[in-house]
Amino acid sequence: MTKTKIYMDNAATTKLSDKAFEAMVPFLIDSYGNASSIYALGREAQIALTNSRESIAKSLNCEGREIFFTSGGSEADNWAIKGAALQMLKKGKKHIITTEFEHHAVLHVLDGLKKQGFEITYLPVNENGVVKVSDFENAIREDTGFSSIMFVNNEIGTIQPISEIGSICKEKGICFHTDAVQAIGNVKINIKELNVDMLSISAHKIHGPKGVGLLYIRKGLRIPNLIEGGAQEMNRRAGTENIAGIVGFSQALKESVRNLDDKNSRLIRLRDRIIDNFMKIERVHLNGDLEKRVPANLNFSFEGVEGESLLLMLDQKGIAASSGSACTSGSLDPSHVLLALGLPHEVAHGSLRLSMSDLTTEKEVDEVISTVPEIISYLRSFSPLWDHIKENEKNK
Amino acid sequence: MLYSDKVMDHFTNPRNVGELEDANGIGEIGNAKCGDIMKMYLKIEDNIIKDVRFKTFGCGAAIATSSIATEMIKGKPLDEALKLTNKAVIEALDGLPPAKIHCSVLAEQAIKTAISNYYKNQGIDPEPIVGKITEHCHSESCSI
Repeated sequence: MTKTKIYMDNAATTKLSDKAFEAMVPFLIDSYGNASSIYALGREAQIALTNSRESIAKSLNCEGREIFFTSGGSEADNWAIKGAALQMLKKGKKHIITTEFEHHAVLHVLDGLKKQGFEITYLPVNENGVVKVSDFENAIREDTGFSSIMFVNNEIGTIQPISEIGSICKEKGICFHTDAVQAIGNVKINIKELNVDMLSISAHKIHGPKGVGLLYIRKGLRIPNLIEGGAQEMNRRAGTENIAGIVGFSQALKESVRNLDDKNSRLIRLRDRIIDNFMKIERVHLNGDLEKRVPANLNFSFEGVEGESLLLMLDQKGIAASSGSACTSGSLDPSHVLLALGLPHEVAHGSLRLSMSDLTTEKEVDEVISTVPEIISYLRSFSPLWDHIKENEKNK
Repeated sequence: MLYSDKVMDHFTNPRNVGELEDANGIGEIGNAKCGDIMKMYLKIEDNIIKDVRFKTFGCGAAIATSSIATEMIKGKPLDEALKLTNKAVIEALDGLPPAKIHCSVLAEQAIKTAISNYYKNQGIDPEPIVGKITEHCHSESCSI
């Protein structure tokens, strides 16, 4: 079996940073205490927990008491949305605004709420994959009580106008949540300037460990708990704290926000080289806006090629990437994100997402640049769809 | 989702791939919207499939099923080729993930469509021999 040599799927998950790993080790071996225990071993855990919370709060510019650790991004999204919905009921409101291309951790929760009688507006995204603030304003009703809009889209990396939408929500008294799982470590997050009431983050997208994330809940905002039990997390999220995970998360976050501008300018250089080379390929599309986009993300569609076979070919060359084709999504349709951009099914089937990180090297990018076009022309050489496309071209 | 070694072998080294210039039976099935199209080229002499080639747009399983199906019918008489079922294709590949079963159906249908085309070219009504081929689509949003 081929081993992965070049990892271009950092939007799926990332390699644990060395420093995060080192920070975690003591809490997996010697300092294994329960943070709720009174003896020394418990206190060590409690101190690590408090320090991590404060450090994360500093990185995000919020207060430690506004941070609640969860098992990851999906739990944070579930909690924020289900909690906000229950609050809305108390106020007699039932309308929620979101977008067509949210992560399933948001969309599927909202599907459930819809069945319970909530009314959901799914804002369209323009062909560049960005929500229009005016569309949001127009969707607001008397009974709008909550909105959840992702900060950065996971497939096409486009950045949404969160701060602008947040300020409208503030003015209208709408509770506002953003899933920032793909934003953190890619764009500067200053919670105080974002005008959000709640924000979800996951550690494993920023070279932290899997199984840990957080929900920021603005102080003063009370939503019902999702996980009931012990008194952990200031009585708001039960369960013995994952200290090693939280310590690793805090370390990874510290590193990921450091020198962000420098890291991003390097990624932009790498990204632009890939774009310049791939755009020479016949019938290729770059999906999503290029300006309002995190530099680490690239998403192309190659006509006449199916995404899964492209990924399998890349895998054989040791390159790991992802696609929005139906065959890789595990469902019958191609990615809802690419369809939301207005891409025809057949073009969405031929998509390729490359997502880089600080660990991505120039040499790796060179190899991707030389490998992808070869695979595209190989797969097209026996694609009846490609033949149809060429025939149509001739007939025009 | 994991593919068997056999699927990966046929995906990586597809047999009988390409076009057949002197084909006398050609069949295409599937559509772009659903994400897979298979095209079979047959060279039939004395009711025997002398040669076969395929072209496929689709996932790894679509390419592998096309490839192994060509191997299974090459050199075979037409009546035997018509008996090739998608189940036989799946078995020959040491199994397919559940979501990929439709690929094996496409392979079976692509062969039947190509044989129908051969009979049509010979001025013979294919329906009594081959039967009706219903376009198979697995996508809910697909209108076909």
